[in-house]
Amino acid sequence: MARITAGITSSHIPALGAAIQTGKTGDDYWGPVFRGYEPIKQWIARPENMPDVVILVYNDHASAFDMNIIPTFAIGCAERFKPADEGWGPRPVPDVIGHPDLAWHIAQSLILDDFDMTIMNAMDVDHGCTVPLSMIFGEPSEWPCKVIPMPVNVVTYPPPSGRRCFALGDSIKAAVESFPEDLKVHVWGTGGMSHQLQGPRAGLINKEFDLNFIDRLINDPEELSKMPHIEYLRESGSEGIELVMWLIMRGALGDKVRDLYTFYHIPASNTALGALILQPEEIAGPPLEPRKVLSGASFAEA
Amino acid sequence: MTDKKKERINIHEYLAEFEDIPGTRVFTAQRARKGYWLNQFAMSLMKEENRQRFLADERAYLDEWDLSEEAKQAVLDRDYNRMIDCGGNIYFLSKLFSTDKKSFQFAAGSMTGMTQEEYAEMMLKGGRSPEGVRSIKEGR
Ligand SMILES: [Fe+2]
Repeated sequence: MARITAGITSSHIPALGAAIQTGKTGDDYWGPVFRGYEPIKQWIARPENMPDVVILVYNDHASAFDMNIIPTFAIGCAERFKPADEGWGPRPVPDVIGHPDLAWHIAQSLILDDFDMTIMNAMDVDHGCTVPLSMIFGEPSEWPCKVIPMPVNVVTYPPPSGRRCFALGDSIKAAVESFPEDLKVHVWGTGGMSHQLQGPRAGLINKEFDLNFIDRLINDPEELSKMPHIEYLRESGSEGIELVMWLIMRGALGDKVRDLYTFYHIPASNTALGALILQPEEIAGPPLEPRKVLSGASFAEA
Repeated sequence: MTDKKKERINIHEYLAEFEDIPGTRVFTAQRARKGYWLNQFAMSLMKEENRQRFLADERAYLDEWDLSEEAKQAVLDRDYNRMIDCGGNIYFLSKLFSTDKKSFQFAAGSMTGMTQEEYAEMMLKGGRSPEGVRSIKEGR
């Protein structure tokens, strides 16, 4: 049977992709970010941790979906997905190779579980999907595993509630566990953390909110999932709403998780960045050493 | 399913709260409707041939779209705050600043009234504090 073996969160901002493309991953600005991801890269490269399939939860940033179609929850069921041209040419990364059998199985299961999914058989994937792959797998000529893209609308209001996202994660878990093939499946929740990209309030960062969010995501996701949208907007900036997608990942891991690794960094361009590895408690491996890395502004002294 | 929902979010209260956040325009249905063509124009810049045509004669390219004069002028001026007032959304508008080879940090900074240097410096120091910009009514 297929099973969910880990949940990972990651930033997906385009500036990370640009840093890789322009060879800036070791400079003063980006160096700490890429060093913070190094333990995740090493962890996932071990055969026991490498997934067969990643269910990659992200939001499309007006790339595959324009103003004409706005699915709340969609699932990519195609054989492959090409990197989108977002205005500067497509990111020079491999095509994302899907897992149509598992994707269709999940789509059917979710619909029977009362989640009315939109099924995508042709879709380009934007930085939301491909940047986390680059951050965690580096620059291979092809991605080391299959990927099922799962775009969530967090652009046009209202996005789905935190509760709905958390419940979706639980249904994804059930769907994966009823797939007969023996597969290791990861669920990645991407985006965040606090950031605002528009208006006079642009540049908002809320370290306290973010660190508290991480803590509750690990230990008390049920309560966290009740947080209303307005609180995300006020506390974590208008684009901080992307964090609802982390609850999909968390919902797919079951009640208790072990946090193997937490990386938090300010700033990555306009954003605060959070990258975690979580595993279901029953099958969790040992935490990484160090288990927690906080870097960037206001952590220098710590 | 036989059990009905016991609690529902009041949509009017839900939407009204968004207007209480300083310096922020949430991309509601109302804004999405207003900005439909502006956002679709921006999406068209995902094709290299369109980027070339746009850069060759911005005014002529804009005139092909059903846009208000205000929206066209905001695009010509690269005034992102005004584009958002016209219903633009930052992720759609990113196709415009990407066409200009500019970053999200450039576009976001341009909306704050700060210089690019000041904005970059603020981010390096940990970003804008939420203190005082959470709620207009409550002044917190
Ligand atoms: Fe995003």
